[in-house]
This record gives sequence, C-alpha cells and structure tokens, in this order.
Amino acid sequence: MSELSMPRCYNRESKPHRFCPGCGHGLVLKALGMAIDELDISSRMVFACDIGCSLLAWNFFSVDSLQTHHGRTLPVVVGIKRARPELVTVAYMGDGGGYAIGLQHLVSTALRNDPVTVIVVNNTTYAMTGGQMAPTTLEGQHTKTSPGGRDIEETGAPFKGPESLIGVAPPESYLARGTVANVIRLKKMIRKGLERQLRGDFAFIEALSTCPTNWRTDAAGTWGFLEHEMGAYYQVGEMAAGREPITP
Amino acid sequence: MEFRDEERVFITGNEVVARAAQAAGAGYLFGYPITPQNEIMHHWRHIASQAGRGFLQTEDELSAGFATLGAVLTGKIAFSATAGPGTILFQEPLSMAEAMRLPLVIIVQQRGGPSTATVIYSQQEVTLTCFGGNGEGLRIVYSTSSHQELYDYTIKAFRNAWKYRFPAIVLGDGYQAKMREELILYDPSSRAGSRIPNEPIIGGEQVVHMQNAFSVEEELGEKLLIDLEDYNRAIPVLVEHEFLGGAGGRLLVVAHGIVGRAARQAVKELQARGDRVNFFRPITLRPFPEEHLVKACQQSGNAVLVAESAEGQLGRLVRLALADQVLTSFRSYYRPGLGITSEEILEEARL
Ligand SMILES: Cc1ncc(C[n+]2csc(CCOP(=O)(O)OP(=O)(O)O)c2C)c(N)n1
Ligand code: SF4
Repeated sequence: MSELSMPRCYNRESKPHRFCPGCGHGLVLKALGMAIDELDISSRMVFACDIGCSLLAWNFFSVDSLQTHHGRTLPVVVGIKRARPELVTVAYMGDGGGYAIGLQHLVSTALRNDPVTVIVVNNTTYAMTGGQMAPTTLEGQHTKTSPGGRDIEETGAPFKGPESLIGVAPPESYLARGTVANVIRLKKMIRKGLERQLRGDFAFIEALSTCPTNWRTDAAGTWGFLEHEMGAYYQVGEMAAGREPITP
Repeated sequence: MEFRDEERVFITGNEVVARAAQAAGAGYLFGYPITPQNEIMHHWRHIASQAGRGFLQTEDELSAGFATLGAVLTGKIAFSATAGPGTILFQEPLSMAEAMRLPLVIIVQQRGGPSTATVIYSQQEVTLTCFGGNGEGLRIVYSTSSHQELYDYTIKAFRNAWKYRFPAIVLGDGYQAKMREELILYDPSSRAGSRIPNEPIIGGEQVVHMQNAFSVEEELGEKLLIDLEDYNRAIPVLVEHEFLGGAGGRLLVVAHGIVGRAARQAVKELQARGDRVNFFRPITLRPFPEEHLVKACQQSGNAVLVAESAEGQLGRLVRLALADQVLTSFRSYYRPGLGITSEEILEEARL
C-alpha cells in the first residue's frame, strides 16, 4: 500500500499489518479507515475488536482501541456508548464472535437500537483457531470440523446475519452486506453505518472476506471462492430493516 | 445527595446496596434478574429515574458484566449485581477486569448451589468470587455481616476498585439481601479519603491501545509480574478482619459474613460464662487476612473451629493461612446451603 493511499487515521507504527497475505481483514479495515477519515471522527472514535483474527487490529488505527473477549465486544461498546454517547464506537468481530458465541448480544443490541456500528467479517470459518466450521460455512465447504463438507441436514443452513436482523432491528437502523471484492462500496456502507450511529441508531454491516490460509487457496482460488461461491449465497446490498411482525 | 449527612433507616439489604451505590456516585447499573438480588435492580431503577442515573436490563449476565466494563472504561462509576448461576457467568467479565485492570464492581447475594439449587441462601460462592477466573484471583472480596457493613463496604468496593484497579466484589447472601435492619446512611463525600479516582481510561486526550491478547509467553509473564506486584503491595492496606478475645484463649471460632454474626454472638456468650473462646471474622476473603489469623490462632491455643454455610470453602482459606502452624485441633461445622444459628455454634464451641 502506498503512503498516499493510507488513511490518515491509520497507526503507521503498526504497519505493515500482521494479517496473512491475501487476507480480507486488511481491506475491511481500510474501508473503515477511509470512512473514519471522510467523517473526520477519529478523535471521538473507540474501536473495539473481538477475539479471533480481528484481535490483530487492536493497534491498527490511531484511535482509542481495545481487545475484548470472544463474542463480547458488542456489550462492551454498548456500555461505552451508554456512558459516553458522544463517542463513536465500532465493534469489529468475526462471524464466530458475531453469529455463534455472541449472537444474543447482536440480536438484543439490534432490538434496542443501540447507537453502535457493528462490523462482522464473514470469512466462512473460525480462522484464528485453525479453520473450523462457522455458522457461515457454506454447504459442502470443507473445514477442520466438516472434513467431508458441511452437511446442512446435520448442521443447519449457513447463517445470514443481516437478513436475520430484518425482523429484529427497527426501520431507523441500518443493515447491509458488503464485500472486500468492492472496497469502495463497502466503505460507503460503513460510512452510512457510522452516520446512522451519529444519528442515534443501530448499524450493522457484514463484510464478505477472505481467508486463504484456512481455505488453502491460491490467489485465483481465493477470489473465485469469494466472488462466486460466497457471492452466490450471500447477497451483497443494503436491507430494509423492518421489525415486521412474523406471520406464520 | 437525597439524604441529610446522616440518616437512620430500617430497610432491606438489597435497598442498602442500591443506596450505597447512589451515595458513592455510581452512574450506571447493568443487570440481569436473579433472586435474591432482584431488588437491588428494582431500587436502582427507581433511583435512576429520580436522580438521573443510568440503568439497563441486559440480555444476560455476560452482557451486564461487559457493558459495565464498557462504562467503566469511560470513567463512569458503574456496577452490577448477581447470584448463583449469574456469578458463574460473571467470571468472564471479571477475568477481563483482572487482565485489563478495570474497576468492575459487583454485588453477589449468595444463593444455594450448585446449579439452580435454592434462591434462598448459602455461603457457597466464596471460591467462585475469590478464584473463579482463569487467572490468579486478583480481586478484592468483602464479606459483610450487617446492613451497616453492606453500606460501608459497597462504598469502599467502588473506592478501592478504582484506586487499585482490581475488580471488587461485595459478597452478601440471600438473608442479608431480604431482611430489614437498622443502619445509618451517610454521604461519603463528607468523609475523609472518600474520593473515587474515576478518571476516564479511554476517550481522553491521549490515544490508547488496550491489549488483552499476547502472542508470546514472556510478554504475558512480564505483565502478570507487574499486576501481582501491585496486588501484593496492596494486601497490607486492603485486608480487614474482626477479632474478639485475647491471649490465653483455648479455641478460635472462625466464620465470615452472616455466620460470623452468629459466631460472634455465641463467642460472646461463652466469654460471658468465663470460657476463653476467641472469635475471628475475615472481612476481606480476598486478599485473606492471613497474618492476623495466624496471630489470632496463636492466641487461642492453636485450636480452630470453622463454621460456614458451605462445605469448607472458608475452611480451605483458613487451612492455607495456617499451613505453617502446628494446630492442636482443627474442627469444622460445615452446613452447605443451610443457615447456622448462634445456638448451633455455641453447642459446637463449648467444652
Ligand atoms: C469463550 C471463548 N471460547 C473460545 C475461544 C477460542 N476462540 C478464539 S478465536 C475463535 C474463533 C474465531 O472465529 P471468528 O469469530 O469467525 O473470527 P476469525 O478468526 O475468523 O476472524 C475462538 C473459538 C475464546 N477465545 N473464548
Ligand atoms: S488466518 Fe485467515 S482470517 Fe486470519 S489473518 Fe490469516 S487469512 Fe486472515
């Protein structure tokens, strides 16, 4: 990355970052960094990261940052936000943290419309622990705990985060899924998510991301899996939160 | 402050806790319902609307604990309250508080265990509150034996958690939670040494990066060395106990919390009969007043009787503290999950 393209809010001392080559985390964080710069909010930012590969982002930005516990980033930022509403908080986590161990916090935070911005990085696996099946692992996808390919009869269908919140989050909130295959669009979504928080509402952005290390893919295989297989199942775009009554 | 400098009241222990937190300047309670602490939340909810304090009923105790940590990070005096299975879930935020040196304050009103058991009473959460995390138990645990102490030590828990930057727990129980008793409420800001140094940890002028995961053993080892040094340095100032009796005793009765109250009564009666029985009550269970206990034991013919509403949770702390003493006798009156009266202790302690 050239000096010029580095967002101002980056902590230069922590670059080059420690994610594996080809990892999507760096791109999600770049989109976030650009959005922070555009809104000029770095002096009010608190960036909290989960435990998972997201923990490597703990000193990524030159903004107040902290590592929390696996799945518990969201209640921490809720506490921060309730105590100091003028701060702008981002909860940054993996799909295991967001959709498995911490799902109750995601649902409840959305339900309460807490003004925080949540970014869940969907790389279809538990990356930091060595590539186990995640709630987002695709049907047939091979992981350490689904060696024969994920069997959805046995484990259920891959979890669609933003879609699941449509009936939970209120219309004022923001729900979207972006992808590291389109960083500019992802940045726009994250920016909207931060603006929504500034307006006093909940915002949730899932980012489709890559994990070549655990996918065991080369560059072409990585992008092919992201764009075609993940892209086919996980629709990119904004979703209208509705909290519609669920009719049988 | 809503009350005059001092006010004599007759209220439940749960209300005492809420009033103490208010008096200490707490700004937020994040809580999840569990008996027997519910009325702490109920009273706080009332205080919150009357006095402009914050309250959130969270989705579970994990959320309550971690949201409290979030509030504390911004410099807000915040707390939670729990019991039984909730105390188990609280181990996770308590561990983070220990690791990141965050002044998390919780009130634990012990109920019967293990598991759901009873909602009534026990002293079975001693080990959990003292050593429940995946670390070294760098916590401050106060065990109270009266409503006045519940008030005093709730205020003190806030102060010392912020001063020493270790999580602090006030360990009560279902009896203390529910019964009414007289005490004096006061405004702690009118007393010396009352200031709570609640400076913001994040959200200040300087950019901070707070680490909670380490990639090499040595990095963690160095950090823990500092935390342990800080903790050990604070021990002499933190430890508190009550002793009744003197040199030349024949037996030391050791009990904590509400059982300590029954034990004190029993010992007083024996002493009035001319029986040289002494009484020791640790007020801090963590750190444990080891040196004071050793001295009390030596003054009591090296004979000890431990009474508690658990199967030796206090007993283990006592044995550890007295490991280097040659005891003439060690007896126990363990009643897990059951209340203990002064008559029972008197029966055990008399010749
Ligand atoms: C309570 C708890 N359980 C389990 C773990 C172990 N753990 C660390 S990271 C992780 C999974 C990470 O996966 P994900 O959240 O998807 O993030 P990624 O590494 O893929 O970015 C797990 C299970 C933990 N740290 N804490
Ligand atoms: S293991 Fe995967 S998610 Fe983690 S840093 Fe490497 S590529 Fe990124």
